[in-house]
Amino acid sequence: MTQPSSAPLSAPWASRAGERRFWLAGALGALVLAAGLAAAHYMEVHGHAVTGMSNRIVWGVPHVFAIFMIVAASGVLNVASVGSVFGQPVYKARARLSGLLAVALLAGGLTVLMLDLGRPERIVVAATHYNLRSIFAWNVLLYSGLFAIVALYLWTLMERRLNAYSKYAGLAALVWRIVLTTGTGLIFGFLVARQAYQSAVLAPMFIAMSLAWGMAIFLIAQAALFAWQGRALDPAIRRRMARLLGVFVAAVLYFVLVYHLTNLYFARQVEFTRFILASGGAYPLLFWLGYVFVGSLVPLLLLFHPRSDDDRTVIVASTLVIVGAFAQLYVFIIGGQAFPLELFPGYAASSTFFDGAIAAYRPSLAEILLGFGGLALALVAAVVGVRVLPFMPEDDRRVVAAGSGAGE
Amino acid sequence: MSEREPVERDQAPSPSRRGFLAAVAAAAAGVMIAPGIRLIELAAARPAGEPASGAVRWGLLIDTTRCARGCEDCVAACARENALERRGETSVAETQRPQWIRKIELKELATGRELSLPMMCQHCARPPCVDVCPTGASFKRADGIVLVDQHRCIGCRYCMMACPYQARSFVHEPLARQNPAVPRGKGCVEGCTLCVHRVDRGLAPACVAACAEAGHGAMLFGDLNDPASAISRRLREVASVEVRADLRLGTGVRYQGI
Amino acid sequence: MRALTTAVRRASATAPGPAAARGDRARGLRAVALVLLVGALFVPLSASAQAGGRTPQPEIVIDAEGGCVAPPDEMRRNHMNMLIHQRPLTVRQGVRGAEVSLRGCIECHASREDGSAIGTRRNFCQSCHDFVAVRLDCFDCHQARPGAEGVRR
Ligand code: HEC
Ligand code: HEC
Ligand code: HEC
Repeated sequence: MTQPSSAPLSAPWASRAGERRFWLAGALGALVLAAGLAAAHYMEVHGHAVTGMSNRIVWGVPHVFAIFMIVAASGVLNVASVGSVFGQPVYKARARLSGLLAVALLAGGLTVLMLDLGRPERIVVAATHYNLRSIFAWNVLLYSGLFAIVALYLWTLMERRLNAYSKYAGLAALVWRIVLTTGTGLIFGFLVARQAYQSAVLAPMFIAMSLAWGMAIFLIAQAALFAWQGRALDPAIRRRMARLLGVFVAAVLYFVLVYHLTNLYFARQVEFTRFILASGGAYPLLFWLGYVFVGSLVPLLLLFHPRSDDDRTVIVASTLVIVGAFAQLYVFIIGGQAFPLELFPGYAASSTFFDGAIAAYRPSLAEILLGFGGLALALVAAVVGVRVLPFMPEDDRRVVAAGSGAGE
Repeated sequence: MSEREPVERDQAPSPSRRGFLAAVAAAAAGVMIAPGIRLIELAAARPAGEPASGAVRWGLLIDTTRCARGCEDCVAACARENALERRGETSVAETQRPQWIRKIELKELATGRELSLPMMCQHCARPPCVDVCPTGASFKRADGIVLVDQHRCIGCRYCMMACPYQARSFVHEPLARQNPAVPRGKGCVEGCTLCVHRVDRGLAPACVAACAEAGHGAMLFGDLNDPASAISRRLREVASVEVRADLRLGTGVRYQGI
Repeated sequence: MRALTTAVRRASATAPGPAAARGDRARGLRAVALVLLVGALFVPLSASAQAGGRTPQPEIVIDAEGGCVAPPDEMRRNHMNMLIHQRPLTVRQGVRGAEVSLRGCIECHASREDGSAIGTRRNFCQSCHDFVAVRLDCFDCHQARPGAEGVRR
């Protein structure tokens, strides 16, 4: 497979309408980003008192957004890995876009995480003082490393003389992101004291989640960019990628099942599992309706149904997967904290600090805006990226030129 | 000779300090519950310039049989000493108000037996908060006191996720009325310091002092490493447990009568 | 209040040098304002500003008598490093009663007028920092007022 010729493919708009929509997306992103930054400033001035987070719900909506983006960033890079490492030409043509989206999402996620800190101005401390026993510190290293590796990888993909090395850079990125997503899962998996989290299944579960969410984002971005450029995506390519998304969604469902089944098996986890799956009010609703039905079963039906094979279906299915992802993370992160820590098994507990009680959480506008601001940052970065550098896959041109199947 | 007095070591105590110590000693003498066992065990203040020693391990023994339901003397003393915002003194939500120590009311489900106890940082030997802290802000001092170095804390709250005892709070608002000896501020995580600023001066933590002064005597503070200390002697005599012993954290706070 | 200040000073009274005389001087504390205009000694801070001719200087008000924990010249240049160096020793290792301590700075350098080390440009710790546009976050947490040893009874 040859690499792009000297003529860059950055945004050759087919129509004024396409270009207008492109800029509209960019402007909308910038607007939301500005609102997110304003929200972060507001939180910084007044403290976290203006959020719904508390001493019980320590991590809230910003973390749902941040972890979504960080996990998806790793997954969206999978498209590139499949291309470079496993030599799939269709995917290889998409490696650059995949790398760009990964960097954009990672930037968005880390920005949210950073701006939610109690003392964001001390972020340099996180870069100068590492506690190497902390999985969190390892994640800081892994995230920074991913930026560097993807940048290098993109360079090998874009610079013709370095193309030969893209396979190795791609392999490095593949290994790195598997470690990274494992690490993200273990941020929770290492919390031995919490019923919701202390599970080794979280590591593979996060990897499956990253593949599904990343693929969903990639499919949406690809469809939007192709449409704005007035280009048609080869249906065969779309079908293959959509199927793969379906497989990933099914894999996540499987791990979620294992996670809850193992929890049900341990007597002291039963209470918690009942809370999350049945008695916990909004959380079971979000889990069953949001994650299982809307976010998994419907997309699976759409993606595998033989007769629903068009751009729109894939976009709808991918969007639902993302909606389901947010529902799942909300239940996992916030529901997991809402359930009280059990200090005295066999006793009913009560205190001024809400021992023994389900913690309430109502996210404030500021923290929601901060979360969306991060997504907007990712959007703006991607939009600017495809505008200034040749990130787009160009297989349709070759398809048109050669009149043959996808890619090669 | 477990009753070490700071005065013995300090060559030149200032008049104010001597008076103060006398008052505390008097209070301590008033709460002897059994011969040889004092509830406030006065430790010697470390001489100036000397770091905390690993030969000492500070600990607490809480006698739940002496801890009355609804009694909040320790909680009030902690808030006074550390200038924590009390209920109604701050506009933040009740779930956002810092609580370094709290009373937990318990009822055994199988028997209906009721008991009450204070819960705070358990000053673990192997503290999960220290393990997870990305910047090393959470740390364990040589003498076993688990603290947050607020100059290094970035406010990520991972330690709060990791603490099995829900013993840490996050400062959700800008503060202005701190105790000069207990700096605190917005955006950092904090928790029971075992009144490190008092312990370093040879005084017992405020909660322990208040509990003793009120005559409850439910809290015993001292050096777990010193076999002759009152707390060590009592621990040899009575049954006591760690909370969440299954996690094997080696807590410095132990409970009797659970 | 006076007794407490005395106590704090006593804590470092064993150190040699200018600090040694402090206890005696403190005993005779009177509200004497000592205004030091730093002028030419203050070159490193104002070098850039002086290029433009006559420039405002920070007004440094020191109410405490006697000497600082180090010679003034050394303090001017190095006080931040001294504090940052001492900080982990006190906080993490538990070294108490050290020569350098933020509490100590405040005990001596809080203004006699309003009892604080910050607040206006006439307050010691703010005078120069305003001038060189350094914002300290220390006082988000640390009290800028002298106080008891802080142990409540
Ligand atoms: C987030 C709150 C916070 C901020 C901000 C903060 N400190 Fe502290 N500082 C503390 C706490 C808590 C202690 C521990 C007090 C103790 O154990 O006696 C402390 C102790 C110290 C000590 C040792 C005790 C003393 O009085 O000497 C020094 C020195 C110190 N801080 C310097 C600084 C300086 C300089 C700054 C600003 C650059 C600063 N701190 C900002 C919370 C803070
Ligand atoms: C015992 C009281 C005392 C303590 C404690 C003290 N100072 Fe001073 N400081 C003084 C006095 C008095 C002077 C004026 C000395 C002179 O001019 O010879 C001074 C001078 C200074 C100066 C030079 C001001 C100038 O430009 O003339 C600085 C800077 C300073 N102190 C900072 C600090 C800091 C920072 C601390 C805390 C580490 C501190 N001081 C602790 C009493 C004290
Ligand atoms: C004589 C002028 C002067 C006085 C008085 C003064 N400072 Fe400073 N301070 C400075 C200068 C200059 C800096 C360094 C600015 C820089 O390097 O960017 C500084 C920096 C600091 C820093 C480091 C800030 C940082 O973020 O790196 C601390 C902490 C500090 N001062 C504490 C104090 C305290 C506490 C007092 C009052 C007791 C005080 N200073 C009084 C001039 C002064």
